[in-house]
Amino acid sequence: MQRPDTWLYPTPSGLFCAPGNFYIDPPRPTDRAVITHGHSDHARAGHGRVLATAETVAIMQVRYGAECAGAFHAVAYGETLNLGGVTVRLVPAGHILGSAQIVLEWGGARVVVSGDYKRAEDPTCRPYELVACDVFVTEATFALPVFRHGPVAEQIAKLIASMARFPTRTHLIGAYGLGKSQRVIKLVRQVGYDRPVYLHGAHAALTQLYQSLGQDFGDVRLVSEAAAADLAGALVMCPPSALGDRWSRRFGDAVTGFASGWMRVRGRARQSGIELPLVISDHADWPELIDTIVATGAEDIWVTHGRDDALVHHLGCLGRRARALALVGRDDEAD
Amino acid sequence: MHSFAMLLDALSTHQGRTDKIELMCAYFRSTPDPERGWALAALTDGLPLRVPFRRVLTNLMSTRIDPVLYKLSRDYVGDTAETVALLWPEPTSGQSRVAVPSLAHIVATLADADAKRIEPLLADLLDRCDATERWALLKFIGGALRVGVSARLAKTALAMLGGCDVGEIEEVWHAIGAPYIDLFAWLEKAGPRPETTGVAVFRPLMLATPIEDQDWPNLQADAFAAEWKWDGIRVQIAATPREVRIFSRTGEDISPAFPEIAHAFGGRDVTTDGELLVMRDGVVAPFNDLQQRLNRKTVSAKLMQAHPAHVRLYDLLLRDGEDLRSRPFDQRRKRLEDWHAEAPPARTDLSEMIPFDSFDQLRTLHLDARAASIEGLMLKRRASPYLAGRPKGHWFKWKRTALTLDCVLMYAQRGAGKRSSLYSDYTFGVWRTGTVGERELVPVGKAYSGFTDVELKQLDAFIRSNTMASFGPVRQVQPALVLEVAFDAVQKSSRHKSGIAMRFPRIHRIRWDKPAAEADTLEGIEALL
Repeated sequence: MQRPDTWLYPTPSGLFCAPGNFYIDPPRPTDRAVITHGHSDHARAGHGRVLATAETVAIMQVRYGAECAGAFHAVAYGETLNLGGVTVRLVPAGHILGSAQIVLEWGGARVVVSGDYKRAEDPTCRPYELVACDVFVTEATFALPVFRHGPVAEQIAKLIASMARFPTRTHLIGAYGLGKSQRVIKLVRQVGYDRPVYLHGAHAALTQLYQSLGQDFGDVRLVSEAAAADLAGALVMCPPSALGDRWSRRFGDAVTGFASGWMRVRGRARQSGIELPLVISDHADWPELIDTIVATGAEDIWVTHGRDDALVHHLGCLGRRARALALVGRDDEAD
Repeated sequence: MHSFAMLLDALSTHQGRTDKIELMCAYFRSTPDPERGWALAALTDGLPLRVPFRRVLTNLMSTRIDPVLYKLSRDYVGDTAETVALLWPEPTSGQSRVAVPSLAHIVATLADADAKRIEPLLADLLDRCDATERWALLKFIGGALRVGVSARLAKTALAMLGGCDVGEIEEVWHAIGAPYIDLFAWLEKAGPRPETTGVAVFRPLMLATPIEDQDWPNLQADAFAAEWKWDGIRVQIAATPREVRIFSRTGEDISPAFPEIAHAFGGRDVTTDGELLVMRDGVVAPFNDLQQRLNRKTVSAKLMQAHPAHVRLYDLLLRDGEDLRSRPFDQRRKRLEDWHAEAPPARTDLSEMIPFDSFDQLRTLHLDARAASIEGLMLKRRASPYLAGRPKGHWFKWKRTALTLDCVLMYAQRGAGKRSSLYSDYTFGVWRTGTVGERELVPVGKAYSGFTDVELKQLDAFIRSNTMASFGPVRQVQPALVLEVAFDAVQKSSRHKSGIAMRFPRIHRIRWDKPAAEADTLEGIEALL
């Protein structure tokens, strides 16, 4: 078996697969990019050719325009490709709509590049599929044992209870505009919340894309088209940065919430003045990370963005070879 | 304790006062005895439990988690109790969860436990909780909740529950104790008012309103008495033959911090109103000296000697069981003088009455009142009874004219609640000469009031377009805007970088017109000391 780090390694342009001559989630424009999912720290504009799931391609085109890459190659989950002798397959990662792990086989070794992933249930995307491998390249956004996200149903119940307790105050929930926002809307619908949900303009296009791909969110409207009276007591989804922005003033004395794995730590909520912290994450928490890594059977674990120190230490205690893989351009605060 | 944990969780993030009151009231309404009573004790800092758990927790964690992971987690979270709450192992899924402990059970378990037994007992309690409950449990037994709730606010929520005035709660408060079964029964009209005979209880204070220009034409000089307004803290001393308590303005029992005053009133049966001061050789010390003695659970003999406490009395509410509050001020004053003349308690004197014929004469005096320990004058209507709260037209405070300085806006922070999208908290500074002779700004105070809503929006817009750097919620702004800041006094302070502290600073005017370079200097402020 050829050692995988001789043919797959970080470069200033991103994680590079030499025999296949392509990059995975490169932070700067390259000739050939394989993209795990549509978040902006993984999917950038300006590549020559992009290979990704059809959903990720659609997301990139909504965000950056139809011409944001020279050519797109949409592949289905499970479809096998051959790129310069490297077998490439995309497998669901459970992170957001269209998110994929990249499974690479070459020289007798199998490497899985996870991108971002989670194991918890998410009605807006395909669940994570485990692939046994020799090398597992994992994210580490929430790689501290204090991060245990807990059942998402409890957090949704907390949101619903707050809306009942403060029925006249707008509930302004900050959430990442791709994936998290749509997941929260879907989750409140699943527990029977049937009033209109209002969106900040920045969430509109991607939510429409989800709808065109078959997701049903019920009655969703734009804040900009709503009468002030309709917004009293309503649920409004917005980017986290809009919570402290002048935009939020129109809601008066709103209850401000933030749906994020970071909300598990109280200080993070308090620092940013969040009244309703909702621990809802699209990343694996600590137990999910450990369970997943162990279950892949990988002898070598490469840890990309996030808190690699705790994870590398702990995997070492479990008898695995783990090391940090310094990749440029990752935003470990995004969730 | 599940609902208590949910309550603390909500209180810790909700900033608004009305929200907090509503959350507590809803909790008291829906939670049975004695659970809600123990919660009330925790919220009012009256829990007889204080487990020194830092070392205990470290021991407990050492057998449950890898020390490297513990340290990385602790460093990230920044708080030991919260780290433990988050890290504590969850019961494994096969294990059926034992019932969550009640607050009463926690108190009973830990209150009299032998020090050696605390570790296993606490571990057992933690095993029965989820993460939020563990966090609340550790706050509960640690004695400091830090969720932005004062005892007074908790009592306000009780008043809402009982549909009564918070003063009524305060009058019985010091006669009752955890878990407050009688109190809740009374508030829910299911029992009598708790008995207060023989107990030194707090009587809600009569407060003054600031005198406004439009008040003067309606006031006759001969209907009023005048006294100096001393710069100390307002206290009520309630003495019964059984006990003596010293209460702050909000009814908080501060007796342990001032044992010499409590001792001076020993064996008497009176309730008096007065100003707590630090006094040396008959001279009142600046407020800063008194501050050294505040907010303490105990006090050393050395501190008592260096900062001797004194009470300047100005009213008598009860004497030997007789309630004088319905009598006019003149009569109460006479009774106060008679009582004090009989056998004056040590460390007390009477607030001097200032004779005057006309308000103009008083105004002359008032303008001269620049002594450090005098804030201004008090005008008290001679015919007024002692009324709880802040009734209009009876007592007036006539503060001497505020001082003002032109300061430069340096930092701004977003407010809470309705102000959460507005930069409404301002840190401002004045110029001084730095170590190598350069001019630099040094912060001298912080203010978040005194401006109109329109001005607030203008300030917010200025800050957003003049931000130099952001540190979390704080923005550093270009030193370009002059704020005219009004304040009551300046004092020396070793806690501030500038070496001075302002009393009651507020924004007086926004000087859009004035160049920052022409703002005041630190030397200018020091001249006011």
